[in-house]
Amino acid sequence: MSKLDSKIPEGAIDQKWSKYRSTVHLVNPANKRSLEVLVVGSGLAGASAASSLAEMGYKVKVFCFQDSPRRAHSIAAQGGINAAKNYQNDGDSTYRLFYDTIKGGDYRAREANVHRLAEVSSSIIDQCVAQGVPLAREYGGLLSNRSFGGTQVQRTFYAAGQTGQQLLLGAYSALQRQVGMGAVELCSRHEMLDVVTIDGITRGIIARNLITGEMEKHFGHAVLLCTGGYGNVFYLSTNAMGSNVTAAWKAHKKGAFFGNPCYTQIHPTCIPVSGDHQSKLTLMSESLRNDGRIWVPKKKDDTRKPTDIPEEERDYYLERRYPAFGNLVPRDVASRGAKERCDAGYGVGTSKMAVYLDFAFNTARYGKTEATKRNIHNATQEDIMRMGKEVVKEKYGNLFDMYAQITGENPYEVPMRIYPAVHYTMGGLWVDYNLMTTVKGLYALGEANFSDHGANRLGASALMQGLADGYFVIPYTLGVYLSDEVSRMSAEKDKADSIDKLKTKHPAFDVALKEQTDLINKFLNIKGTKSVESFHKRLGLIMWNKCGMARNKQGLTEAIAEIQALRKEFWSDVRVLGTADEFNPDLEKAGRVADFIELGELMCKDALHREESCGGHFREEHQTEDGEAKRDDVNFAYVAAWEYKGVSDWELNKEELKYENIKIAQRSYK
Amino acid sequence: MAGANSQELNLTLKVWRQKNTKATGSFETHQLTGISTDMSFLEMFDVLNEKLISEGKEAIAFDHDCREGICGMCSMYINGRPHGPKQGVTTCQLHMRSFKTGDTIVVEPWRSAAFPVIKDLAVDRGAFDRIIASGGYISVNTGNAQDANNILIPKDAADEAFGAAACIGCGACVAACKNGSAMLFVSAKVSQLALLPQGQVERKARVLKMVAAMDEEGFGNCTNTGACEAECPKGISLENIARMNRELTSAALTYSK
Repeated sequence: MSKLDSKIPEGAIDQKWSKYRSTVHLVNPANKRSLEVLVVGSGLAGASAASSLAEMGYKVKVFCFQDSPRRAHSIAAQGGINAAKNYQNDGDSTYRLFYDTIKGGDYRAREANVHRLAEVSSSIIDQCVAQGVPLAREYGGLLSNRSFGGTQVQRTFYAAGQTGQQLLLGAYSALQRQVGMGAVELCSRHEMLDVVTIDGITRGIIARNLITGEMEKHFGHAVLLCTGGYGNVFYLSTNAMGSNVTAAWKAHKKGAFFGNPCYTQIHPTCIPVSGDHQSKLTLMSESLRNDGRIWVPKKKDDTRKPTDIPEEERDYYLERRYPAFGNLVPRDVASRGAKERCDAGYGVGTSKMAVYLDFAFNTARYGKTEATKRNIHNATQEDIMRMGKEVVKEKYGNLFDMYAQITGENPYEVPMRIYPAVHYTMGGLWVDYNLMTTVKGLYALGEANFSDHGANRLGASALMQGLADGYFVIPYTLGVYLSDEVSRMSAEKDKADSIDKLKTKHPAFDVALKEQTDLINKFLNIKGTKSVESFHKRLGLIMWNKCGMARNKQGLTEAIAEIQALRKEFWSDVRVLGTADEFNPDLEKAGRVADFIELGELMCKDALHREESCGGHFREEHQTEDGEAKRDDVNFAYVAAWEYKGVSDWELNKEELKYENIKIAQRSYK
Repeated sequence: MAGANSQELNLTLKVWRQKNTKATGSFETHQLTGISTDMSFLEMFDVLNEKLISEGKEAIAFDHDCREGICGMCSMYINGRPHGPKQGVTTCQLHMRSFKTGDTIVVEPWRSAAFPVIKDLAVDRGAFDRIIASGGYISVNTGNAQDANNILIPKDAADEAFGAAACIGCGACVAACKNGSAMLFVSAKVSQLALLPQGQVERKARVLKMVAAMDEEGFGNCTNTGACEAECPKGISLENIARMNRELTSAALTYSK
């Protein structure tokens, strides 16, 4: 029997969630007060879960490594959040959002989870607006929408180019309200270093106070990992500098299976690398593809200025290859398109690893509309462009400013140069329908889990999933497990050494604490010659070159050997200075890089075993004649859930994916 | 892109080093050569830290995270100005092309009684979280919301609320103020919620509670010098402070529990 039980409820797809929600076991209010929930991470998933659970009466503690929960990297999401509101009357529905997400994910996501996501999407918008999130409005006072890749409806809600910031601040204010009421205890500048399990059941965590270095034991009846994705395994990514896999990885080593680790999203519109000093990459929102047209010169090694290249000598390759979706194809398709052109020698800029994202065409279009609106009949080209720029500025001003800041170029005058960069990881801890991992009492929410985006995530769906999990899923599904905990507590109430009486005094906490303290000391005692940063850079290079946008058997096999060698070198030659009992960012990073190295190996193994191309996972051996990803639905329509067995040793478990509502087909955006 | 306009700089850096909150700090001088003008200010610090580690010296602690100007974590006081010489950018978005070869750059942490130094350039801004916890929210539990389009909000009001909500909570306003006042930060949140229909029910109680919390944290008073607005990387307007003063006066006179 498979070790994986996805616990998908019976019944028709559009009835599963509503029926399940109405019939699951509940925890009565008095019992909630004695149940403690630890939430690790304070982004959209963590903040929304923590505030919602505290409102319900649970005792909640929140941990984040940043100085404030408001800094979590959800804050950097730019473009928007999807919801099947159909406010635009353009044919949207729960089913269509469900369908688009499954198709966008290249038929590698779980139907029941995705349908639930589409169902609750509307409530998210309602909740955020009620909190005072200033989403964009039309003149009549109604909410405004824009379109995003992989869809033909306008269902994306936004707040200029700062949607993630506004949604996170909404969730953060809800969280702080609970902190102010004493219902949530906030532990900022704390990093979770391990999950404590007793007889296979989650009982708490070990965390390090990053200011004092103190190692702390925290008891919880359930632990929620809302710790985001692991894109920083590539060193260069659009993730924040501190984003890391440590909490998820430590959970993995304690028995939580890791699902589809090789599914990585490479975002097509990022600012290209400028040199060896580069520490991170910056995304230019996908919303720009609404009004920007992507092109390269038709001639190889064309060194003319972009504005000097005439229209007929430009190759709008996405519009050429995918007439139906054009510049709004899903991210994986757009990224591979850019790589294909650059590899073929048509790239632009000094590195030749960039393509143009050009706003001139739509600036002129907006300018003409403005001229008509203002009743100007003989506007000059200059006037038209000036008026057009005003409109563009209103829509994307902050993104254009950011581009100008980083590159020193003015994107209102010359096209942006963009290139794909690592942005999001669809893989993550395997969870069942309740969002519980394979370890009892341990949950994963948001980007930290694997569940909703299959092999490719559509734009504006990450914010939707993080908030869906936190506001509208976990408040119901956590009770399924905690109601059993209530029964157990009642049965054990006279037992002198019950976990409820011992809590962190249970010896398992001391064992875990000692392990983690030893690990910290180990880093400090290696006293090698190479910095933590240098190991991270080298790992990133291996991953990007051999487990990036295109992968093949030979490269992946080499990468595995290289990563194993890098791991050995790290543990014998890393240099970590300072002490354990102080604020020591370098020491924090050492632990994170050690975990990234182990994860990198698993990602390559997963990519190597998956002998097909799907979504963000492109195996060069498996492509159609015209270079599109070629899935193998007979042999690979499953979730690869890896079980940790020891160093470099994993066992593959499979969760078969059943498509009962959507006909599995080759994805086409042509 | 590395290239066309890229140059290399030689710089002298005077950086504040302080072991911990209680220790006495001092400036440490470092010479840097070959710094590309394409680097961000924090990437220049990465280079310096790598150099220090290779020499067996402890790296300089500083706060940073998103490096795209939105998380509000980075916080360096550069040549006497929070976030450095350029208007409208955070430290992470400041690029070395804003400096000249031969420059001496002085880097300090935020200085304010309410923001104690943790180490080197990192400070504790927990006071901001506590102010928000005192009332910077609308009390709506999950699941209590009506349909989003039932609340009509004029575009102008939504835009103005958004302008205030764009605050990233970095604390540059406090660092810039000779009084160490947090009025710009607090007024941005008070304004955002006072401008929206959803915020009306708690409008008076909110401003009273948040101002009381601000005073309790030890922030100074506002004397209208406007340094906060001038240094705010997100362009949060002084109008918010004026609005908060109106809100406060009105609430103090008319609010009864």
